[in-house]
Amino acid sequence: MILSFLKTKFSVDFYSMRKIAFMFSFLLIAFSITYSILKNLNFGIDFKGGIMIDVKFENIPNINVIRDDLGSLALGNFEIQEFGVPENLLIRIEKQPGDQKKQMEAIEKIKNSLPVNVDYRRIEYVGPKVGKELKIMGIKAVVFSLIAMFIYIWFRFSGWQFGLAAVIALFHDIISTIGFFSLTQIEFNLSSIAAMLTIAGYSINDTVVVFDRIRENLIKKENKNFRDLLNFSINATLSRTIMTSLTTLIALIALLSLGGEVIAGFVSSMIWGVVIGTYSSIFIASPLIAFLGFKLIKN
Amino acid sequence: MLNFSKWKVIFVLLMCFSSIFFVIPNFYGKSEITAMPKFFPKKQFNLGLDLQGGSHLLLEVGVNDVLREKSNDMVDDIRKTLRTEKIKYAQLGSRGVGATVTIKNFDDVAKAKQILSKELGRNVTIEIKNSTKFDFSFSKEQLDDYKNQAVEQSIEVIRKRVDESGTKEPNIQKQGEKRIVVQLPGIKDPGRIKTLIGQTAKLNLHLLDPTTVELANQRGKLPPGTFKAQNVNPVAYEKEFVVKKRVLLTGERLRNATATVDPQTGKYVVAFELDKKGAKKFGKITTDNTFQRLAILLDNKVISAPQIREPITGGQGNISGNFTPESANDLAVLLRAGSLPAPIKIIEERSVGPSLGLDSIESGKKALILGFTLVIVFMFIRYRIFGLFADIAMIFNLLIIISVLSLIEGTLTMPGIAGIVLTVGMAVDANVLVFERIREELDSGRSSLNSIDLGYKQAFKTIIDANLTTLIAAILLFNYGSGPIKGFAVTLSIGILSSMFSALMLTRLMIVFWMKKVQPKEIVL
Repeated sequence: MILSFLKTKFSVDFYSMRKIAFMFSFLLIAFSITYSILKNLNFGIDFKGGIMIDVKFENIPNINVIRDDLGSLALGNFEIQEFGVPENLLIRIEKQPGDQKKQMEAIEKIKNSLPVNVDYRRIEYVGPKVGKELKIMGIKAVVFSLIAMFIYIWFRFSGWQFGLAAVIALFHDIISTIGFFSLTQIEFNLSSIAAMLTIAGYSINDTVVVFDRIRENLIKKENKNFRDLLNFSINATLSRTIMTSLTTLIALIALLSLGGEVIAGFVSSMIWGVVIGTYSSIFIASPLIAFLGFKLIKN
Repeated sequence: MLNFSKWKVIFVLLMCFSSIFFVIPNFYGKSEITAMPKFFPKKQFNLGLDLQGGSHLLLEVGVNDVLREKSNDMVDDIRKTLRTEKIKYAQLGSRGVGATVTIKNFDDVAKAKQILSKELGRNVTIEIKNSTKFDFSFSKEQLDDYKNQAVEQSIEVIRKRVDESGTKEPNIQKQGEKRIVVQLPGIKDPGRIKTLIGQTAKLNLHLLDPTTVELANQRGKLPPGTFKAQNVNPVAYEKEFVVKKRVLLTGERLRNATATVDPQTGKYVVAFELDKKGAKKFGKITTDNTFQRLAILLDNKVISAPQIREPITGGQGNISGNFTPESANDLAVLLRAGSLPAPIKIIEERSVGPSLGLDSIESGKKALILGFTLVIVFMFIRYRIFGLFADIAMIFNLLIIISVLSLIEGTLTMPGIAGIVLTVGMAVDANVLVFERIREELDSGRSSLNSIDLGYKQAFKTIIDANLTTLIAAILLFNYGSGPIKGFAVTLSIGILSSMFSALMLTRLMIVFWMKKVQPKEIVL
């Protein structure tokens, strides 16, 4: 059934759906911004600074007991969460006041309060200064890649409307991905930045394929109006869009189910990104070109 | 269309064979590889610390401390010079980085300027304010020099310490202006190494003041020229000491230090050996101060305060303290490696235990195999023989990624594996673009040959555009990312490039070959 679906010749009137899509996306963005301001992101120690200990117990530990034990150490704010399996816990503590010795002492204190036979899978410490730098670096990476893509597309498609439309769609993807992080409270760390950039790369890939077809049909001048041009171009590339999204999703789902807990957050945000990136190329980026005032030259 | 030029065929085949060739070394251990014949490829990719377990430390050298020290030296130089020239001055002091002094008599200003600028050299600029106030500052080159020296020296010392601790294949590098990255693969407990690295390890020999701490506390003040120093061992009987400020001997005069057992007491001690100059000095110290107590200070904490029973002229001695075998050994390592020019702070640490590393490799492999198989099956079901071509191309795509990673001796991290799995999904994209395009041309009634030809022609531009934009994201990721993220960016970039090769050249070659040999009546997509 899927096969025959993939082989159909699509003729969907995407152009007339643009208003609903714009509305939906507007709500999505508004929701993402408000939600992430209200609930904040679950920043990992990469950006916040502090200590993270990933520890695996032999048997399922009693989180409440451990919480009480750690609470009695007076190490300031800390969080304990289950990580993948119930035996595996993630403990995060805020940066201890004082120098690096104090951080090491805190780690030792925690180790001493936990049972002897546990397996310390990861111990990470990020100083507050480094955290701030990593944050700036992440923002820079995202902003510069948006600018670079804007310039590339502007040049290749000889119209700033193409570039701007693509970048607005990318913004849409990135902000809604931030909303996704805030809604799911998946830890936001360095690999989340990597996920966002990959999503941007994937989404722009999709957008460019559609834009390319629009450009090609522009030259042919077979279409009388923008509506036909757009619908024709999107439909012509639709089976490719669906195929590629499916294969990428297959690979991602394999990663999510077998890849282990460390990259699970990364992979789930990527899955969201592939879906939203595909949506935005079809429903946002393409109609935006007309919305931004790109005119068909009539002869 | 069917004319695939000869050199193109050769190029494609060469790429495929060499990708297999250069993947092979990764199946062998390091020692097996060296035993292989000469023609055998030897380069392997490395596993990131997150996969093999180990510690990543980011250190920051306290260069400001060095600059402050250098400023104090400058103050001393100025004082000495002005004194020998008998120029009266006031308000001499350092001002953070640099120094300042006011010359009392206006008549001396010109002379003072001339002498001081000669004495301090070209790398210090002198600025005169309000006709008598001198401000001294280091030139930018000088400041950079001092900073660089401090970092380079720190790297040297840290390397010695890490090497002596028995860590295998450490990687120590400068990062940025004042930072050092230390990577310690396979280390289980970084705690000991961190203590080793983190200590400045300035060893100084002082004399103990006969005044006890209790007495000083009663009087409410310390005797002039002394300071209070803590005992390293917080549970010792004497918790604090009153130590004379004058440094008699520094750790620079050490020639060797080893941990041994004192045959008389049976306790662990650190035996040290001084160089010629140090031995002479030490002999004089112990002769002049017999029956007094020495204070051996490490980073301004007392590790031992023995009484001098007799003059020691041989330049050899023992430091006894409350040592365990490990702590005696660590102190010996620190003393042998020398002291850091500036205090060091660990500002980032990431340690992965060996079990997590193994789990990650295992789950990465599984995910790769599953994702691969599913995509292969899916492509075959959808595109049949063309899907099979794309599948073969995808396998070579994977081989190319791994062989390039081996050739550049790159590092594979967990996000890197994710990048590979992801490119598996995205690698078929270029093929899908072509196939769908061919299908369109077929649908519009063109012949098979014509459709394939046009399909490739039309899709070419799209593939280039689409992949280049993704590459932009990957390159920026590499530029700004750190550690594991860089690994992800590398595999993603290689994946994008090799997927373009495999779709535009490899799959195409297979299709052309198939069309020529089988000459199908019609193709169905």
